[in-house]
Amino acid sequence: MTATTTPAPLGALVRRRTALGRLRWAISDAAALTGRNLLTYVRLPQLVVFSTIQPIMFVLIFRYVFGGAIQVPGASFVDYLMPGIFVQSVAFGAVGTGIGLAEDMGKGLIERFRSLPMARSSVLAGRTLADLVRNVFVVFLMVVVGFLVGFRVGTGPLAFLAGILLLLAFGYALSWIFALVGLGASNAETAQAAAFPTLFPLVFASSAFVPVETMPGWLQAFAANQPVSVTVDAARALMTGGPTTAAVLQSLAWTVGMLVVFAPLAVRRYRRAT
Amino acid sequence: MTDAAIVLEQVAKRFGDVQALDGLDLTVPAGTVYGLLGPNGAGKTTAVRVLTTLTRPDAGHARVLGLDVVDRPEEVRAVIGLAGQYAAVDANLTGRENLRLMGRLTHLPRAAIAERAAELLERFELTDAADRPSRTYSGGMRRRLDLAAALVHRPPVLFLDEPTTGLDPHSRRELWSIIGELVREGTTLLLTTQYLEEADRLAGRVAVIDGGRVIAEGTSAELKSQMATTVLALAFHEPAAAARAAELVTPLATAPALVEGTDVEVAVDDGAQTLVEALRLLDRAGLVVASVALREPSLDDVFLALTGHRAAPTGDDRPSADHSELALTGRKPR
Repeated sequence: MTATTTPAPLGALVRRRTALGRLRWAISDAAALTGRNLLTYVRLPQLVVFSTIQPIMFVLIFRYVFGGAIQVPGASFVDYLMPGIFVQSVAFGAVGTGIGLAEDMGKGLIERFRSLPMARSSVLAGRTLADLVRNVFVVFLMVVVGFLVGFRVGTGPLAFLAGILLLLAFGYALSWIFALVGLGASNAETAQAAAFPTLFPLVFASSAFVPVETMPGWLQAFAANQPVSVTVDAARALMTGGPTTAAVLQSLAWTVGMLVVFAPLAVRRYRRAT
Repeated sequence: MTDAAIVLEQVAKRFGDVQALDGLDLTVPAGTVYGLLGPNGAGKTTAVRVLTTLTRPDAGHARVLGLDVVDRPEEVRAVIGLAGQYAAVDANLTGRENLRLMGRLTHLPRAAIAERAAELLERFELTDAADRPSRTYSGGMRRRLDLAAALVHRPPVLFLDEPTTGLDPHSRRELWSIIGELVREGTTLLLTTQYLEEADRLAGRVAVIDGGRVIAEGTSAELKSQMATTVLALAFHEPAAAARAAELVTPLATAPALVEGTDVEVAVDDGAQTLVEALRLLDRAGLVVASVALREPSLDDVFLALTGHRAAPTGDDRPSADHSELALTGRKPR
């Protein structure tokens, strides 16, 4: 019989790592976990299907049910609507980051990962990167749906692409907020329940579906300046025309700000041994 | 010092009001199997979590192969394997994918990973199921996969936290034989269990822990010899008879008899002689004995003698009945 479990020599296991070696391992660990998380989406396509059905329903409802009653200045409603839908999709997609982490914790997988000689950032990096890839897929699908219901790009392909990248980056930053929520939740249901009360006001009291000017004055102050509105305004300007600079800069500032604050907080939360 | 693979020195850990570890001392020589035996809440899992860098101790020192778990956690993680109470494998990945993922996360050379995964699948008799999602596995298969996952990088020190809790007797024996093989190959193993039979069967030395500290330590033979008595086990047809019998035989025993349903167990000094006397007493009282046996004290009896209470696992986690496990189901003595 081959001694398949004979322990390896200690020297081979305990290697002093250089900074470069550590970085290489951190990247390799994150890539391995990104692959694992994406494989889950392939194995359980319902996870992706559910996160795409909802925005498709929103498109259809707003386009064909509410749309006729909503007046937007200077544009057809479908052109106004679709950038909002894109941002909504990535924002709701970010909740999946928290749910996925809470699920892994519940199953004891995070415990196992924490006992392995892995980079401490890799579980979170792997999760958020996989969710970014999923968001790319969902947004692509929503673009197709948008074109099918009459959405037209009013600027150019590059500006359109810039808009897509901007809102994907925004969704990625949101993922880190929900990573923190997910790590603090005892199970997937709690993570979901904790996420939506924060997300709903941001998504609906925003410029995503209706012009902020139609809201009561006290709400406008919030709705006009909160990160979802800012990002929707920026994406809308890049895709359908209008002044872009201020909105794009504000959205980028939010994205960078959220990453700078919440990524370290989430990693710290992950590291913290209980 | 170099001979000890695992050392705990006065390790303490408190969670809120609960003192999980209360000055725990432990030394596990390299290449041996060490059993940490105790009931739920004794601190077994916390001890393992400290040693596997998952929990920071409040006080004391813990070292694995001379590496301090607080100062050098990354190096500790490189030399340990952990398989837990709950089979921590990804249900959506196949067995093979799970092991390959472990290979990558423990930084095996890329070229070696596939071969290592195949080797472990073969060894743990999972080859046929290797390419099925592990959510389709039985409980025993998942545990085997979990154990295999802990072995991918050939760790010299292995921690198994209640490896067979919740398994059926057949799967337990299967896992025991695998664990027995590991040990022959030189792995240092720290095993926690609430099954006395498991500690007896697998571990060379056993520490009995209760309330976060070691209350007895030695080989299982040494622990048993601490109680130089025999156990007289009687069974009756109805609980009332058992209760009455307990009263009758207690004066013959070294400790009050324990009643569990229709069973009575009592520790006695002179087995054969006491047996005759007990049967005479019972017969005179008109009690019909369904079965009678004299047996060597089990580790459970030792636990009872040491702590004054039985090692009582809760709920459905307890193993299904072998005779040696019957004693486990007991309540605190009255």
